[in-house]
Amino acid sequence: MAIKDIAGVQIELDDEGFMTNPEQWNKDIAKALAAEEGISELTDKHWEVINFVRQDAKEKGQVPTIRRMNKVGGIATKELYALFPNGPAKKAAKVSGYPKPQDCV
Amino acid sequence: MSEKPNKIEKVSIVISKGSLDGVYPGLIMANGARMEGIEATVFFTFFGLEAVMKKRAHKLKVATVGNPAMHMPTILGSIPGMSSFATSMMKKEMEKIDIPPVDEFIEMISDAGAGLYACKATVDMFHLTQDDFLPQVDSVINVGTFYEKSAGAQIIFT
Repeated sequence: MAIKDIAGVQIELDDEGFMTNPEQWNKDIAKALAAEEGISELTDKHWEVINFVRQDAKEKGQVPTIRRMNKVGGIATKELYALFPNGPAKKAAKVSGYPKPQDCV
Repeated sequence: MSEKPNKIEKVSIVISKGSLDGVYPGLIMANGARMEGIEATVFFTFFGLEAVMKKRAHKLKVATVGNPAMHMPTILGSIPGMSSFATSMMKKEMEKIDIPPVDEFIEMISDAGAGLYACKATVDMFHLTQDDFLPQVDSVINVGTFYEKSAGAQIIFT
């Protein structure tokens, strides 16, 4: 556990840089976390994913799987991989202010 | 001082079994690789080919005979309907943890950017054509091409 100043807020992060308290999240933090993952700009399509992840995680208590993002969130798997390359589920969770997903799929 | 081992960059997964329990581990590993940003190739051979056949992919079953881990005497496992029952139980549990049915999983893995290939020797042996396969199968390749495509990859046989 570490505290880091991101976008002017003291954020709690785990060892892998995932936020441990989603309540601390805001859009500027999302942009900063995305930049850390090599995503220089968050487009409307990115925000669609982030908004779904946050809403679903809040309701269900865990971040959605890629399948759930597709079936419930209407986010095509191909598009998800294009938006968050090299680890879409992890990166979407990270940018959305949630801990690393623990599921196998 | 020890250096940190290199991250796995690429995997080639061979699926050679045609039972539901024979097919899923390879699919989960292929999908999991893509989820980690690892390049993945899946090669379907022998009965594993059933996983990518249009008429078969959604009909794969759990083998209830010859598997001591089923904790079921062979004579019970061989009763008609037992395999279907075990299969529907397993599918139900998988659905609960969001693991898709085989045909949907194949689509998901393809959309994730993995290459899916059918083994030429098996295709010839069973007299199959590209038409018999799900559209996600990239092509039918021989074992030599499989090794070429696996350059720099860890090969996993299931």
